[in-house]
Parts: sequence; structure tokens; C-alpha cells
Amino acid sequence: MSETIAFLKPRADVLARRSTIIADLADLLPPEGLVHEPRELVPFETDAFVSYRRLPLAVALPTSTAEVAAVLRYCHRYGIPVVPRGAGTSLCGGAIPQEDAVVIGLSRLSRILEIDPFNRTATVQAGVTNLAISDAVSPEGFFYAPDPSSQLACTIGGNIGMNSGGAHCLKYGVTTNNLLGVTLVLVDGTVIELGGKHLDAAGYDLLGLVCGSEGQLGIVTEATVRILAKPEGARPVLFGFETSEEAGACVADVIGSGIIPVAIEFMDKPAIEICEAFAKAGYPLDVGALLIVEVEGSEAEMDAMLSLIVEIARRHGVRTVRECQSATEAALIWKGRKSAFGATGRIADYICMDGTVPLSQLSHVLKRTGEIVAGFGLRVANVFHAGDGNMHPLILFNANDPVEAAKAETAGNEILKLCVDAGGCLTGEHGVGIEKRDLMRHQYSEADLAQQMAVRAAFDPQWLMNPSKVFPLEGRPAA
Amino acid sequence: MSAILVPVCEEEAAGMIRAAAAAGRRLAISGGNTRSGFGSPVSADAVLRSAGMSGIVAYDPAEMVMTARAGTPLAEIEETLLDNGQMLSFDPIDHRAIMGTDGEPTIGGVFATNASGPRRLSAGAARDSLLGIRFVNGRGEVIRAGGRVMKNVTGLDLVKLLAGSHGTLGFLTEVTFRVLPRPKTEQTIIVSGLDDEAAARVMAAAMGLSVEVSAAAHLPESVRGRFLGGHLPEGAATVLRLEGLAASVPVRAARLRELFGRHAPVSANENEASAHLWRQIRDVAPYADSTSRPVWRVSVAPSAGFQVVAALRLEAGIDAFYDWQGGLVWMRMEADPEPDLLRRAIAHFGGGHATLMRASAQMRTTVPAFEPLSPAVAALSARVKQQLDPAGIFNPGKMAGL
Repeated sequence: MSETIAFLKPRADVLARRSTIIADLADLLPPEGLVHEPRELVPFETDAFVSYRRLPLAVALPTSTAEVAAVLRYCHRYGIPVVPRGAGTSLCGGAIPQEDAVVIGLSRLSRILEIDPFNRTATVQAGVTNLAISDAVSPEGFFYAPDPSSQLACTIGGNIGMNSGGAHCLKYGVTTNNLLGVTLVLVDGTVIELGGKHLDAAGYDLLGLVCGSEGQLGIVTEATVRILAKPEGARPVLFGFETSEEAGACVADVIGSGIIPVAIEFMDKPAIEICEAFAKAGYPLDVGALLIVEVEGSEAEMDAMLSLIVEIARRHGVRTVRECQSATEAALIWKGRKSAFGATGRIADYICMDGTVPLSQLSHVLKRTGEIVAGFGLRVANVFHAGDGNMHPLILFNANDPVEAAKAETAGNEILKLCVDAGGCLTGEHGVGIEKRDLMRHQYSEADLAQQMAVRAAFDPQWLMNPSKVFPLEGRPAA
Repeated sequence: MSAILVPVCEEEAAGMIRAAAAAGRRLAISGGNTRSGFGSPVSADAVLRSAGMSGIVAYDPAEMVMTARAGTPLAEIEETLLDNGQMLSFDPIDHRAIMGTDGEPTIGGVFATNASGPRRLSAGAARDSLLGIRFVNGRGEVIRAGGRVMKNVTGLDLVKLLAGSHGTLGFLTEVTFRVLPRPKTEQTIIVSGLDDEAAARVMAAAMGLSVEVSAAAHLPESVRGRFLGGHLPEGAATVLRLEGLAASVPVRAARLRELFGRHAPVSANENEASAHLWRQIRDVAPYADSTSRPVWRVSVAPSAGFQVVAALRLEAGIDAFYDWQGGLVWMRMEADPEPDLLRRAIAHFGGGHATLMRASAQMRTTVPAFEPLSPAVAALSARVKQQLDPAGIFNPGKMAGL
């Protein structure tokens, strides 16, 4: 793929000192905690935004907050860029390194430190995976709510970096709403604690600022998160509609009626076909759009909510209603949805957009998305969180065809601009990374961006932390 | 403080702030002036009020999002939401009774102080509902952050930073926030006669169940009579709120009654009585006593609340009741605010923070109202403040060192 997104020019002085830096880092870390052989660096050269790759200078794999602090202190002293990395599942290139950077990988910080059912908290190291938290608290009857599709692999540190969402955030919120405290290592190696098991901050809400800052403000090594009592039951229901417009109108009416399901997922015809072929979830193939609506609670409660929702769906001409009779059926419905990205990846290369739009704009944006992609002679599959307006158009293309790849990227950018122009934003849960960095001026004014960068400078005036990301490379304040 | 500046639009506010910054004139920021007494005393040359910028800008109930100018009276917003069967989920506390202030609370003031009530435990704080803001920074520049969609991770989250910054980082001009459907029915389960520790255990057990308790408070015998005109049953009241569909609330209530009724008398309040009780808890009714006896708002882990209170009782005359599953302690001191005793106890039992909400003017000058920060966090916060308000003109003195 041709590279249209630039990285910062590697710092020549850093590259020149490569062997010294590696030797120094080796003194700070246990032997297995430093990776620097080019062959061994390859697994770290990209993340899930695979079109871009850079071999880092070295990879540090610390096992403690103290080791993270030591590496940061060293890099800060010698002006070496640092790129934090969780599991490398970023869809926007948030964890892609650069040639002059030391990657600080958190995979070995993988201990669950404390489960506290009384206070409904779990305290874990940053490299613990999202799903591992839910698994660990499950015997006590709890779960951790934010559930990105990559939850089997992605780490809580990465989730905090990106303020990750998931299918169930309509009811439970995203990472920032479920995060109570962090241990944060600042760029100069200073270790601070923000929050804890109590609610709200004593001073400024720095926890809220750090969440979603994409590794630009420091490195989180430990986190305390809210765990919730598992619902008595959960039931997804499939609704098939003739058109996307009908499905969209149904979503707006469900929300407007005062019912908040835990999830409302939307799939258009191409997405249904792709997912069904892969997951054999029993999705109807004779409809133009599908909604998966999930409700939670006791049997009585779910029955009451579902009868209201079914009634609304009927008003919008629903063609298929499939309530599931067993946990296996419910799991299958979700399997189809959660495998959407993987299933798409089997039939084509794709890029996944992540704009969010106001609910009233859903139909318009869907229609325009189809037109934009068709205009480039490409195909698109839409699968997204309809309840909160977070769109995920998957633009299909052939990565071996540079012209097609460039078209896909351009189409993606136009879709994101469309989302912003419709009153939404560039990214709802994946982050800016490098992918949307150069579109930031479409969403923000110069003053807005300058203010964000000024706040960033309060943490990292020299732009050492994940420096090629989030903010356009031009127009940055001098270090 | 001589001048009172009341801009009628954002542009005018920006001009006033630019002029103030150029002249080094310090501004006390306020909305309806009902929460202005928060924090340590402000030394300012003029007051800048948002009250002139009022009105709902956009509201589509089906999107569950509202945009309003910062000076819009909270009452206007709540009334509009009520007409559409919706509400602010975070339950903003009305500080007038406890602080002895009058005037109209504004929506800007709600978010600037991150004012949340009992439902904060389950539905998040004001900051969790805040989706987007417009504000004027200390250079007089208009800045927009966030947006009007529920999921937005585009750039740094300045929205959270400004929420709860008590007017020290910027002058809010417009806020966009998420609203939720108002529950169709509600019921409060009252478990009577528990001591503070037993109550904490009951609340923790209730929150650990799948019945979705939306709020949990404990009203010891010393304050019980101050609620619902003295009509709560005999003994301390541990109260658990259930809200939702008419088909589900009674089912969930029955589960709680069955579980806790084995060990203590259990009763229930429904709908209006229930809502009234939670408004009184939210607004700290027992300490709305028209005195200036010191009142603290303490936020700790739920398991620590009763321990902090028990430890303090050995050394000082205090009265206390609990919200947020026991993690929010409202504490009235008989005489001295005893900040050192209190803050030591909080640190000892796992950390948290104490805010001096009410005290005599003299005490306010000597006791830091907000919890002192660790040196590293204080330094970082000061650098953040510097980037938003370089001349230090917004609410100087309110948050110690900021």
C-alpha cells in the first residue's frame, strides 16, 4: 500500500546512539525484558492497522512499575521517543512504532492484583486482557462492562489509552465511565496515583484526561476498574428489516420510547452475508438490514421490554423477529456480530471506519456512505453500534492493488468528514492514532487543537510520548 | 470585588476575558451564585457571571442529548426534560439549603462543580453525562471540546478536565449532555435498625446483586427524623432505591425484602415518597440547619466510610450519614472542622478525599477546602492550569495552589 500518512522524521542523534541505548536499557531490565535483534523486533512493527509498519529501535518488556519508570526516566534524559503498546490490537495505528522509538510493551504486566467484591472493584496490571478481568471476577458474580470486539486479546492498558467502548456501552458506558483509578508513569519517570476505590477526583479530573489520551500523557501500569453484578439474564433478539432506513427509524423510536437496551447492533446486507457465511449464526439472508437488540434483567423484565420493542419494530414493518430459546442460540447471535471483522478479513482486505453521528443522522450517513464508496468502485459492509451512533463501515479492497488501496483510504477519509459534517466525530472508540490524525483539522479549529496540544505539553513538553500520533505533524508548537 | 460582568453572549465573554487578562484583572466565576462559596476564598477584582447567557440551544428527545447555554437555569432544563419523560441521570445536588445561598442554580454551575447526587453510584457523575462544551480560556479564546455524540475519542478529553474544575480553567459558555429516560416507577426498600458497619455490609450485598439498585444510603438514628417529616420507621434506615418498568420493580423489590428481611425489619416506600426521600438525601437535608457548623463531604471506598467515621468519633464531636453505598460521607462537626484528623483517617483507611463544604468565613481562610494533592500531582495540575489560564485570572485561590 502506498503510504500517504507520514511519520515524524527519526531523530538522527537517537539512531546514531542505537547500540549505546540498547546497552543502557539492558542494564535497566531483566535479560528477557529487552528485545533488540531486528528479527525479533518484527512482531512489534505494526498493530491491527497493518498497512503501516516501522521497526522500532528496541522493545522494553518491563515487569513492574519501577522498570517502566526506569526506562522512561532514561528515555526522557536522552530525548528518545517512546511508544507504549498493549496487545497491539489498535485499528488506527496507535501502537505502530517508529525507527527512533523504544516500545514499552506491557504484556508482562499481566497480574490481577486485587478483586474487591465489597467495593466492586478490580485492580489489575495494565497488560491484563479485557476478558481476563471479567473471567477473574465471574466466580464472585461480577463482570467488567466495556467489551470491545477484541476483548480476548486487548489489554486494559490499551483500553484506557483509547477509551475503548464495545457493544454494551449504550447501557454501561465506555472505559472512562468504568475507570476508578490508575498508576501512571509520567514521561520523566515520576510515578503518580490518580483516583482509587473512591469516586471522583480531589482536584482536576486528570484521570478523565488520561483516559483516551493514546499514550501521549504517560504510561498506565495499574488500573482500578468498576466491576458490576452480572445481570440475571440477557437475551438478544434479531430483527430483520427490508431497508436500512426502516431499521434506523426503529432504533430512534426504541430509544425515544424510554427503553435503553444494553445493545443495539446494526448490520446491512453485505455485512449479514459475510458474517453468516463465516459464523453460521442463522441470520436471515432475505432482509436488507438486521438489528440485534439485547435486553437484560429478570425473565419478567426482559419479557416486558421485549414486548415493547417488538411492538415498535412491527410499526416499522419488521419482516423477521427471532427470539432465542437458549443460551447457545444467544451466543450464536453474538458470535456472528463479534466475528464481523475477522469474517470480512477472510474475503477481502478492509479498512474499518469509526465515526459517530447523532442518531437522527444515521439514515442519511448510511446512504451517503454507500454512495461515496460506490463512487470509488468499491464495496462496503456496515456493522455498527446503532444505539449510540457509532458507525463501522468496512471498506473492502485488494491490498495488492495500490490504486484500489489508495481509493479505499480516500473513501474512508470522505466518510469520516461526512460524519463530522453531520454533527458527529472522527472516532467513537478506536482512537485517532495515525489513521485519522491528518483529519483532526476537519473536526477542530486551530484554537481547539492548540489548546489540546498545550495541555499535552503540560505532561510532555518535548513530544517524546507516542509523538507521531493524534495531532497533525504540521503546526505543532516547538518543543 | 467591584464590577459584576454579565456577558450576554460568548463573544462578549471572550472580549471581557481578553481585557481582564491584558490588565491582569482577576475574575471570580459564577453562574447562579448558589455554589460560589465552594473551595477556599477567591481573591478577585471582578465577578464574571454566566447568567446572561441562557437558553436551551438544541434538544431532540429521541437522541437523548441536550445542548444549553451555561447560564440556563437548571429548573428550566429539568422542566423541559420532565415534559419529555427524561431526566439528568446524575441527579445534581441542590446546594442552596446546606450552603445557605439563594438564587437559581445554572446548568453551567452543575458541570463546573461536577455536582452529582445519589444516583451517581450507578449512573455516573455529571462529568460522565457531559459530552461537549464550549468555553473561553484564560487568553480569551473560544474553545470547543467534545461534541454531541455519546461515543467520541477524538483527541484529548478536555471535557472531563473542565468538568469539576470549579471555574479555574475556563469560563463555560455552552454544555451538551446526555439525558436518560425517567424511570416509570420506583420503590425504596428500607432496612431498619442496622449499625453503620452492618449497613455497609447490606449495601455492599445489595449492590452485588443483579437487581440493579440505583442508589444506596444509610441514615443513622441521629438523622432519621430529618427525613420524610420523621415518618421513616424506628431505628437507623438503610435505604435501597429501585427504578424501572412497572413489570420489574416489584420483582426486584421482593428479592431484596426476602434477602434482608431475614435479619432486620424491612419496609418500602413507593413513587412520590421514595423520590422525595432521595431528594432529601441528595440535598443533605439533615445539615440544612441554617448554621455555619462545618460540613464535610468525604469520598472514600464504601468499605472505608464507616471506619473513618468510627475513628473520628473517638476524637471529635461529629454527626454523619452515608450515600453511595457508604462511600460518600456527609459529616457535620460540632465545633472545629478538624481537617488533619479527618484527612489522616481517610489516608489510613485507603485514601479518598474530603471537601469542606460549609464553614465559617474565618475557618475557610485557614483550612484548605479541597483535599491537598500529592506534590507530583499538584505540580502537574499547576502546569495544566498554566496552559489554560496562563495569567491566573480565573478564580484565584479557590483550589489551593491552582
